[in-house]
Amino acid sequence: MKKILLVVAVAALYILHQDIWFWRSSYLVFGFIPIGLFYQGCFSVAAALLMWLLVTFAWPAHLEQEVEETTVREDAVR
Amino acid sequence: MIPAIVVFLYLATVLYIGIFAFRRASGREKAEDYFLASRSLGPFVFLFSLFGTNMTAFAILGSSGHAFNNGIVTFGLMASSSGLVIPLTIFLVGTRVWALGKKYGFMTPVQMFRDRWECSHIGTVIFVVQAVLLVPYIIIGIMGGGTTLSTISGGFVPFWFGGAIVAMVVMSYVFFGGMRGTAWVNTFQTVLFLCFGAVALIVIGVGMGGFRSAAQALQTPQLSWLLTRERISPYYFFSYTFIPLSAIAFPHILIFCLTAKKMSQFKKTVIFYPICILAIWLPCVFLGVMANRVTDVPQITAKQEARRVLATQGRTMEPERRDELREKSAGDDVIMLLLQRYAPLWLAGLLGAGIMAAVMASDSQILALSTMFTEDVFAFYGGKTRFGESVQVQTGRIFIILITLFAYVVALQAPETIFELAIQYAFSGFASLSPLLIAALFWRGSTKWGALAVTLWTAFAVVAVAVLQSVVPAPAPGPPTVLWALGGFQVLSRTPGGTAVFGFMPVVPMVLVSALLMIVVSRITKKPDASTIAKYFGGRHP
Repeated sequence: MKKILLVVAVAALYILHQDIWFWRSSYLVFGFIPIGLFYQGCFSVAAALLMWLLVTFAWPAHLEQEVEETTVREDAVR
Repeated sequence: MIPAIVVFLYLATVLYIGIFAFRRASGREKAEDYFLASRSLGPFVFLFSLFGTNMTAFAILGSSGHAFNNGIVTFGLMASSSGLVIPLTIFLVGTRVWALGKKYGFMTPVQMFRDRWECSHIGTVIFVVQAVLLVPYIIIGIMGGGTTLSTISGGFVPFWFGGAIVAMVVMSYVFFGGMRGTAWVNTFQTVLFLCFGAVALIVIGVGMGGFRSAAQALQTPQLSWLLTRERISPYYFFSYTFIPLSAIAFPHILIFCLTAKKMSQFKKTVIFYPICILAIWLPCVFLGVMANRVTDVPQITAKQEARRVLATQGRTMEPERRDELREKSAGDDVIMLLLQRYAPLWLAGLLGAGIMAAVMASDSQILALSTMFTEDVFAFYGGKTRFGESVQVQTGRIFIILITLFAYVVALQAPETIFELAIQYAFSGFASLSPLLIAALFWRGSTKWGALAVTLWTAFAVVAVAVLQSVVPAPAPGPPTVLWALGGFQVLSRTPGGTAVFGFMPVVPMVLVSALLMIVVSRITKKPDASTIAKYFGGRHP
């Protein structure tokens, strides 16, 4: 379930990149940042948060274990 | 001259770092130490060097130049989509490649492909295509170095000499320091650029009389399109989300993934990557757009005039005249021109050094090519067994000299702007190769023939796009030239910026056809031995 939610979150963020709703607006956020640029900046922050979720809840720890086991075996052979 | 002197001091510093790394490694003429820093990079160096490796002249000069001529769309096109796709691919692919490298001693992607698909010469074909696609990336670095030094010295250092100096410095520290030197220099450069990027933004903003007035000055009927994306098709915008797939397929990025000491070092890289992209690209794009309200820098107003003439009279012009105007309107040097105009001399020098830092990221590509040549060709075809590991490292060093010289000569001839050159060839090509990695790591049913089909298709598609664009001249800004229409759909068009297939950039069909070829060809060809598949996926068989 956790993995499905994360996959959905990745797909949702990918779709949200295509912000057609701000396509023709030249509105300036805080009086100087174009809204399209502001949105995409916020998108980058959201991407960082998503990466944190992935690292926290879907980290491939088994790969680390496999490498450690291989190293231990090699050391034993030596 | 003061800014140029500061930049030269900076170049001397990075040269020293490379030589210091050489002395540190002295007496260890092992290939794994020279090419992968003995797989021992710590978390801080790993994060900043991996990020710095991806931040080339394209990111700094190309992005602000593209934003100058196209507006805010530049950030959404490349930066924010990269902030999602690149860390995601590092998370999914980079970690797995690191683990395989640790377990089986791989030093290049081709070594892994050869082992995974039980192939030899097909691996060589993949090497050739990767190498040919990587060279433009190196050229970008040299061109960026030439542009930066020439601009910052007010033309005192000509483009050819600036490019030569940058090529020499990069070649020297890669030659001596190998991966350790390259990683240390990249870390130093990234930190420098992150610090000075913020300073540049503030100094130029103050010089312009504040960003509020600058941005509001652009809200005129003639210029407000720069603050929107109204001149860009949503199909084109969507196409760009495929380009960052190239990052993980770039051999230098994948090879960098092998240098981490522990897999946990990927965690910080994956999380902070989007933030680093935001911190570097947002100021560059913003400043590139704001440069359009500058009226007291003759070089910038000349660019604006060339763009205006191209837009209003381009349709009736000869293609050569249009190309000439395009070159005149190219904005690769706008950031440097803004610094010269608004920053004090000494600060312009420091900021120029910061920009130089990003421009010189071609070091990793040069080292990667050298690693690939010595491992995938020299060692694979018996050179290592015959001549020993020390000769292998020396061969890598000679290769570094040759490839840098070649890239420099091409950089002097290349007429394209930095941005176009990068996007049209290297990025699309590597994005098209990305199904190789996905199939090798996640699909036990993939075969070497599927890999060959993907590689040949990529080579064909890149050449086809390049030939098409050289045969059919780019139209003036506005509607594209339709080359093939079917049932009311524009199948193939020549656009002012490149080529479109059903309105998408070529990278979209390139990636989709690659994936399809991998699936179809693998399904009808012989799989690797069960023991090989078990080695990568555990005990279960396809």
